[in-house]
Amino acid sequence: MPQRPIIVKNGRLIDPVQGFDGPADLLLADGRVAAVAGPGAIPAEDRLVFDAQGLWVLPGLIDMHVHLRDPGHEHKEDLVSGLAAAAAGGFCAVLAMPNTSPPVDQADLVKSLVARGAQAGGARLMQSAALTKGRLGQELTEYDALKRAGAAALTDDGSWVADAAVMRRALDYAHVCDLLPLSHAQEPTLAPGGLIHEGRVSTRLGLPGQPAQVEEMAIFRDLALVRLTGKPLHICHVSTASGLALIRAAKAEGLPVSCETAPHYLFLTDEDVGEYDANFKINPPLRAAADREALRQGLADGTIDVVATDHAPHSSLEKEVEFSDAAFGAIGLETALPLTLELLRALALPPSRLAEALSAQPAKLLKLPGGTLRPGAPADVTLVDPQEAFVYRVAESLSKSRNSPFDGRRFQGRAAAVIVDGEIRWRRPTL
Amino acid sequence: MSLESLVWPKDLIDLDQLTAEHIHATLDVAETFREVSEREIKKVPTLRGKLVVLFFHENSTRTRLSFEVAAKRLSADTTALSASGSSMAKGETLLDTARNIMAMNPDALVMRHAASGASSFLGQRLACPVLNAGDGAHAHPTQALLDLMTIRRLKGRVAGLKVAIIGDLAHSRVARSNMIGLTRLGAKVAVAGPPSMLVGGLAEEYGVSVHTRPEPAVEGADAVIMLRIQLERQSGRLFPGAREYARVYGLNLERLALAKPDCLVLHPGPVNQGVEMTPEVYDHPRSVILEQVTNGVAVRMALLYLLIDNAERRTPAERS
Repeated sequence: MPQRPIIVKNGRLIDPVQGFDGPADLLLADGRVAAVAGPGAIPAEDRLVFDAQGLWVLPGLIDMHVHLRDPGHEHKEDLVSGLAAAAAGGFCAVLAMPNTSPPVDQADLVKSLVARGAQAGGARLMQSAALTKGRLGQELTEYDALKRAGAAALTDDGSWVADAAVMRRALDYAHVCDLLPLSHAQEPTLAPGGLIHEGRVSTRLGLPGQPAQVEEMAIFRDLALVRLTGKPLHICHVSTASGLALIRAAKAEGLPVSCETAPHYLFLTDEDVGEYDANFKINPPLRAAADREALRQGLADGTIDVVATDHAPHSSLEKEVEFSDAAFGAIGLETALPLTLELLRALALPPSRLAEALSAQPAKLLKLPGGTLRPGAPADVTLVDPQEAFVYRVAESLSKSRNSPFDGRRFQGRAAAVIVDGEIRWRRPTL
Repeated sequence: MSLESLVWPKDLIDLDQLTAEHIHATLDVAETFREVSEREIKKVPTLRGKLVVLFFHENSTRTRLSFEVAAKRLSADTTALSASGSSMAKGETLLDTARNIMAMNPDALVMRHAASGASSFLGQRLACPVLNAGDGAHAHPTQALLDLMTIRRLKGRVAGLKVAIIGDLAHSRVARSNMIGLTRLGAKVAVAGPPSMLVGGLAEEYGVSVHTRPEPAVEGADAVIMLRIQLERQSGRLFPGAREYARVYGLNLERLALAKPDCLVLHPGPVNQGVEMTPEVYDHPRSVILEQVTNGVAVRMALLYLLIDNAERRTPAERS
């Protein structure tokens, strides 16, 4: 059904791909950006007018790392709730991880998820598929069939592909099929039972620790394979200063590597685990303050390409238990944008840096047509109110789960509306 | 400082909740209760009509027995719930089991659990006092208090003494609680163990000196606490084996001679004889391992009394 065209007017349009930051109006028609023009230049006619006075108009935000738990763990999240929470957080599209039950390692399942996602409302679903069958790290999945079924990336997220020969073949073959492989970089034998970062807090709490070298070793191996194959690789949820330093050096060397970090690593440390609060039990674990500072620096200087949430919903069944038994992960779809806005202020970065890390870069890495608002691009737009002060209440989250480490935190700035495919999919109720 | 003026926490999870004044006050109360254990009729009516639930989710013979004797000497009723005997084996969650216990309105819950943080988890969710009887590798505050009581009784003080703790520091809740308690009372603590049994940050976190050989820790010590080595946990990964451990870290007469002549030898029990210490050291007049057991009952009597009494003084609003 064709949508009524929308004019987004009076806003501040920020599009790093076009190198633009200033007042502009936007015409969206037939699912595309039809025109970008100076304020008032586009006649209203019979078009729907969205007054974006005081708002930032950004290319649709893309979260390239979420767990929607569908299929298999729908009591934690499903496509409908997850995509609704994504839209409420300002995301126009998300990349769902394949560590579901069963894992997404077959074309049929990709196809069915993509079809259900298109009907689910909220943000756009992009589905990633497993790099190896059953995510077991042994045999490659059928990348061409997965790609044809609609897979947007390949990853065994949740597990590292420990067998170097398998990973080497995966990098080579993913490139043939034009799919980006994503690595969950954690070496599995150094600290298999590690529950939190290894340091003073793990010592104090009597919990088995996971040293930074778990990540550093895996990244080192992954980068060596990129050097060997010359093929691109994306490193997920970087949490350590030492891992980041390896990536920075690899980029300087010219290797085709990219990486992301999650907002919680930019804000929290192992000290926040406090008195065994399972909402702070995350994998990779929250690290030391020096790691957090290094990651902030990495975001500022561009070593970190992307901010992605690693949204990992779990119900009270998985979290209201002994700390050692609690599942790893935190939800993050509705706090990522407010946290990133806070970071812009803290690091004195321009809003275009946010648009890069949350839209332009993920679009570029995943070879999506979005990430920009130039004419002809998809009509995916995120409208941000950078001023609105609010207190985040996880009880009001659209996610099915409540495992947020940021419940009760005061914020300034959040999404006002999201437009997906030329349709207003979500709008803050008070507007 | 008088006992009445001290504010006590609802639960006792670890000694970091207690100041030096609290610890001394607890030991003072324990001294008076110890006298009860030496009477012909070893019972006082202090906790008559109170119910103490002993919730032992991990096997423990000695600590459970000690708490049970302590509660009975105070005339409290006790009931024991162990992991295999409860619904935990049927998939019931810890929280649900605890809520069921609470529905029976106990006056205190004594809890042992294999997971670090489990006692704190329940303490935050239950209205009654929770006494941590050992949670994973985290804390064992009553063991530390009975060690402090033993040292204070036999040395007349704790402040200024040098105390060595030898063994698996990484996995020992006894060591963690003792490092906190001993340093709070002003002792100088030296710990030693193989590097695989030490964890980072011990010196910074606890203000102790850390050694990878036992000799510098034992040298000049007023007391040596030997930790139990979990032979079943070893399987050659943390240390080549029991024989090698005994040779490098075990307490023998030669090593004991490095300590002060009146140095005490403590062990939380049960001792792996021939591993943590030689039989000659175990039977040595300076070995106070059975004295520790006696003091354990007194310390647990004191804590049951103090925390149940404290809970009754709290206003209903504070309790909710």
